[in-house]
Amino acid sequence: MTATTLPSSPGRSASRWLHRHPRARLVSLIGAPAAWMLVLYVGSLASLFLTSLYRLNEDGSGIDQVIGVQNYRTLIDKSVYLDIAARTIKIAVLVTLLDIVLALPIAFFIAKVVKARWRRLLVAAVLVPLWASYLVKAFSWRAIIGSPGGVLDKTFGFSPNYGEVGLIIVLAYLWLPYMIVPIYSGLERLPDSLLDASSDLGAHFGFTFRKVVLPLLFPSIVAGSVFTFSLSLGDYIAVDLVGGKTQVIGSVVYDNFSADLPFAAAFAVVPVIVMVAYILGIRRTGALENL
Amino acid sequence: MKSARYFGALTAITLLASACGSDSKSSGGDALTSIGTGEKALNLIVWAGYAEDGTTDPAYNWVKPFQDQSGCVVKSKIAATSDEMFQLMSTGQYDGVSASGDSSVRLIDAGLVSPVNTSLIKNYADLSSFLKDTKYNSSGGKNYGIPHGWGANYLMWNTDEVTTPPDSWNAVFDPASPYSGKVTAYDAPIYIADAALYLKTAQPDLGIDDPYSLNQKQFDASVALLKEQHKVIGEYWNDYTKTMGAFEQGSTVIGTTWQVIKNLASNTDKLQTVIPKEGSTGWSDTWMVSSKAAHPNCMYMWMDYITSPGVQAQVAYYFGEAPANPKACAEINTLYADATHCDVFKATDEAFAKSISFWATPRKECLNGKGSDCVPFVDWIKAWTEIKG
Repeated sequence: MTATTLPSSPGRSASRWLHRHPRARLVSLIGAPAAWMLVLYVGSLASLFLTSLYRLNEDGSGIDQVIGVQNYRTLIDKSVYLDIAARTIKIAVLVTLLDIVLALPIAFFIAKVVKARWRRLLVAAVLVPLWASYLVKAFSWRAIIGSPGGVLDKTFGFSPNYGEVGLIIVLAYLWLPYMIVPIYSGLERLPDSLLDASSDLGAHFGFTFRKVVLPLLFPSIVAGSVFTFSLSLGDYIAVDLVGGKTQVIGSVVYDNFSADLPFAAAFAVVPVIVMVAYILGIRRTGALENL
Repeated sequence: MKSARYFGALTAITLLASACGSDSKSSGGDALTSIGTGEKALNLIVWAGYAEDGTTDPAYNWVKPFQDQSGCVVKSKIAATSDEMFQLMSTGQYDGVSASGDSSVRLIDAGLVSPVNTSLIKNYADLSSFLKDTKYNSSGGKNYGIPHGWGANYLMWNTDEVTTPPDSWNAVFDPASPYSGKVTAYDAPIYIADAALYLKTAQPDLGIDDPYSLNQKQFDASVALLKEQHKVIGEYWNDYTKTMGAFEQGSTVIGTTWQVIKNLASNTDKLQTVIPKEGSTGWSDTWMVSSKAAHPNCMYMWMDYITSPGVQAQVAYYFGEAPANPKACAEINTLYADATHCDVFKATDEAFAKSISFWATPRKECLNGKGSDCVPFVDWIKAWTEIKG
């Protein structure tokens, strides 16, 4: 029984070769996912940006690949596009705030109040709506908030109806699980002993929450807000169904992409810039390091 | 140095991505001179309900008989809007499309569809003459498609709420409407033509001739009217189930509609439709052949099949529209024991059809042949965004 009796196979020689070439090892390991990332993700973003600099030809039937900033000039010159961008950001901010307010008590209840055996069940219950199609949920909300004749209107005699308020409610509902889950896992990592210590030292619940829980939860809230904010920023289907006549960036992009692709691309760059600014802003707070 | 390398890679990717996108403007090519052997496959872009294969309702299946007799296996892609149809056609992966007038002219101008040799379609002779050689299905003396079916955009109201029957589009354009917040309008740039049609009568000094051929002044007046209208609109619609629900529920009580929406609404007896005194816009759908069609023979077989009386009867009855082939009327009676369908949709009423301004894509070269300073469709789209604010 000596080592020389080991059979020599192609697989074996390949592994020997890889062992001697660490660089080739690295490439074969992450080459495919890195290429996927680069071509599909960075590539599509680059193509979006490049397209936004093109222009429609004279008769509107094709695209002239001439670089220029005329599409961005239109966006700035016509106040309607600034209004729409501002409205979209406002809606995304309000949806995010509403989700934080709703998610905090729910997540706290699940993580710290209920017995351990109920915990998994409740987390599952929070996630269950994600199994249903987004469209089905948006359509059901149409039936709920319509006025007159909607479920809310029939039950309480009052309903927000289709419009910005209705839209914010529906978006907050749709993205709520994305806020609850990070906050819940943040709370799970928070030792109960900290809460006990705080109350032993005489702090009432509100004080403990503000001075102990909230600072430790901040990174989790930020993580959740990246989801709710970016999802709200890009939505246009729920807007169409429950937003009444509200227009957001997504609806303008959708309306323009087949007739004037460069212009649609230019407006689609706006949420990308907003998201980058948002994430850079968060980075300054240091929340990303604590995730 | 490192960043320069990354930049190089990024540029390469960008160039690659832009090389993949085609932007060449091709001519539409030539029409077929004879129908050859089928290519065993057919890829269509259709409105929902135009190519039923029994999956929605087993009682409605005209795709399978076609496959059996032609050997062409049909794959149909449902498009929700005219814009989507245009977008899908520009991929070149489809053989044909059931285009409405607000995309058909664009498809012709962009060279995405080929002229159609109508003499190869046996049923073409039977189709209503007022649907042939129109500005939305022909160009430069060439035919670019086969008429399929059509309908008008009616004014509809809920008789419980609107007690005085309106007879003018003024009912939806009046900024002091008593139904403020419960008015609806069609959500597409082509709706600007509805305002232009109204202004044609309401402000004759604008000199509007064709609502799809507007000069800047006429266009601006139409847009200004729609900006006023925006104040009384509750919501716009382009999905017919959405507006039907709104009319059933009562959140909408007056606005533009299609006959089929009134027919299918659960409170249909409370709803009234009319063609107001200013006339009406409407849609007429056309089967068009892609200039990059991989299966042109199958597409011609399909166009002949879909315009035959028996199949027209099924489509028109299922979808709720006037069939292009009047021979379908008798078939509808035979198949569904419904003798009134063609009367309800006024399928054979030439005067009615002539009174409708059918959707057509506006372009710089005026569709009515009067000059070349008309506002092109791209500006209509931009204006539509501004109207909705």
